[in-house]
Amino acid sequence: MTPINELTSTAVPLPLPNIDTDQIIPKQFLKRIERTGYEDFLFYDWRYTFDAKGNTTTNPDFVLNKPEYKGSQILIAEKNFGCGSSREHAAWAINQYGFLAVIAPTFADIFFSNAGKNGIILVRLSEADVETLLQRSTANPQHKITINLEAQTVTDDQGFRAHFDIDPFRKHCLLNGLDDIGLTLLHEDKLDAYEERHNKEFWSAPKYAA
Amino acid sequence: MSTSPRTLFEKVWHQHLVAEPVGEPTILYIDLQLVHEVTSPQAFEGLRLAGRKLRHPERHIATVDHNVPTTSVQDRLVIADQIADAQIKALRKNCADFGVEFFDTEDSQQGIVHMIGPELGATKPGMTIVCGDSHTSTHGAFGALAFGIGTSEVEHVMATQTLPQSKPKTFRINVEGELPFGVTAKDIILDIIGRIGTDGATGFVVEYAGSAIRALSMEGRMTICNMSIEAGARAGMIAPDEKTFAYLKGRRFSPTGAAWDEAVAHWSSLPTDEGAIFDRELNIDATKLAPSVTWGTSPGMVTTIDGIVPMLTDAKSDADRKGFERAYEYMDLKPGSKVEDITVDAVFLGSCTNGRIEDLRAAAKIVSGHHVATTVRAMVVPGSQHVKKQAEAEGLDAIFKTAGFEWREPGCSMCLGMNPDILAPGERCASTSNRNFEGRQGRGGRTHLLSPEMAAAAAITGHLTDVRNWKK
Repeated sequence: MTPINELTSTAVPLPLPNIDTDQIIPKQFLKRIERTGYEDFLFYDWRYTFDAKGNTTTNPDFVLNKPEYKGSQILIAEKNFGCGSSREHAAWAINQYGFLAVIAPTFADIFFSNAGKNGIILVRLSEADVETLLQRSTANPQHKITINLEAQTVTDDQGFRAHFDIDPFRKHCLLNGLDDIGLTLLHEDKLDAYEERHNKEFWSAPKYAA
Repeated sequence: MSTSPRTLFEKVWHQHLVAEPVGEPTILYIDLQLVHEVTSPQAFEGLRLAGRKLRHPERHIATVDHNVPTTSVQDRLVIADQIADAQIKALRKNCADFGVEFFDTEDSQQGIVHMIGPELGATKPGMTIVCGDSHTSTHGAFGALAFGIGTSEVEHVMATQTLPQSKPKTFRINVEGELPFGVTAKDIILDIIGRIGTDGATGFVVEYAGSAIRALSMEGRMTICNMSIEAGARAGMIAPDEKTFAYLKGRRFSPTGAAWDEAVAHWSSLPTDEGAIFDRELNIDATKLAPSVTWGTSPGMVTTIDGIVPMLTDAKSDADRKGFERAYEYMDLKPGSKVEDITVDAVFLGSCTNGRIEDLRAAAKIVSGHHVATTVRAMVVPGSQHVKKQAEAEGLDAIFKTAGFEWREPGCSMCLGMNPDILAPGERCASTSNRNFEGRQGRGGRTHLLSPEMAAAAAITGHLTDVRNWKK
């Protein structure tokens, strides 16, 4: 995982609530066994229009296809972003497309942890603050937003300033680019001791054998 | 250990604490990980790259469900979709390489992963259960703490049999009273989601309690817990009781003899203590419920079968208004129009929400003696091989086939349309599944979620139909 602290970028506005993981990446791309190469499938059904034979054409009306938003590293959406399925492919697609942060009033739980494991900063702001940023990025695609993880702030050059909350451990992992398995294994002595007791409890065993 | 009254969730959580490092999430022990083809290949690959093994292969069970065709045994043995085929072959190889018990396509125990856990007796009260699938919440019906995880977490559990977790808050939903005729477990959970919203339980583990929940069969309880995630909760739980024990007794992985008695004693200690405090509670009067159906593109967009498509002024916030406007357009519905007037092109009976034997029995009762409307294509996809066999033994397949339903092989099928079972753009489906998102059942497809009884009735009449008025 790449460490991340400060990020200044234009932002792509998606003014809709409940954007689910089926929209972020449709199911047909979940058949792949690779962990990379998902960028082209991000918001697939919104990015393209389809004729009767299923041939695709780029949808010029969808915000991601507007040249003025190319290269944006921040996505802004309304409440409950990432609801639905547990597919980590949604986090992979967002990240591999080039987004490093998503700003919304709330995020769904599973997406929230998946994003963290992929070094994406999720910024929770009030609905009013999100509305302000959505309007500014819609009115002016060149509008730049700065997210500072260390200071936990979102600012812009028009005087916008908001503080966001983040779990200190998640912040530490993002700032340092840490992943979890190694961290857990630092506690392996406790794990061994726990298993010594717990694995004698047959009610905890998925497969009972007399 | 504290002697103050504790909730079911707190007891299970406490019994699985491995370590509570300062300033870090709790390390929670995971008793069982269920594995399927879609969310596991990158996890196995991660282990290979790091030179790691599964810490406890015997705490894993794998099957294929999302991708498998349901058309015929032959189509399952030789899968035409090469990418899907490669994914299934990868799981077969990964299970062999890493020593995981695998229920392959034509194994008598194959089925949707959330069906086979309980059927095998692998799912038991008081366990912690995870799977790279959000509907893992299903297993909470047994009093297990069960939740969906992403692929990085799947790998984490494979390597350590633990997960770092922040403690969720607790939310009890009490459903009291007797359900009216024609109202089912599906209607309870759809009503709850409509009431609290699709983010209403985000950050919580929900315990469903009350006389209406206790009165449900294990199948009904699984339907309720299954859709906890649609209300934002990672997990839903129901206290284990005599019905739970009766369901588990004699199953393949259930304890036997003295171990069974000891297990029952442990399980009986799990229900929430009198006086335990929840962070949030909600009371629902079961006697006031009606059959529910979704009208829009989020499971929270729910109304009753005798209702109308809500007006824009019914939206609770600016954000919801934007959601409503988009949903009217996508679903091609006008606010204020009658729900019963909505015609359907397809009916899907199945999924981990409603693909169990009781669901098929209830639907067959409605269907018996009738024929599917000429404008409708209807299919029944049993959730597992076990359910399929049981249904065939009871003659339910014949009832469905005579009525004009397709009778399919087990899998996730049109719940998410990863296999060839999809809607065409613009097609409208009455579905017993769990999500009505845009394109969920096929790009451009329109989904109305409802109970198996209501889906069966819609298949016969060709439009959404109030099952309470059904005449034999």
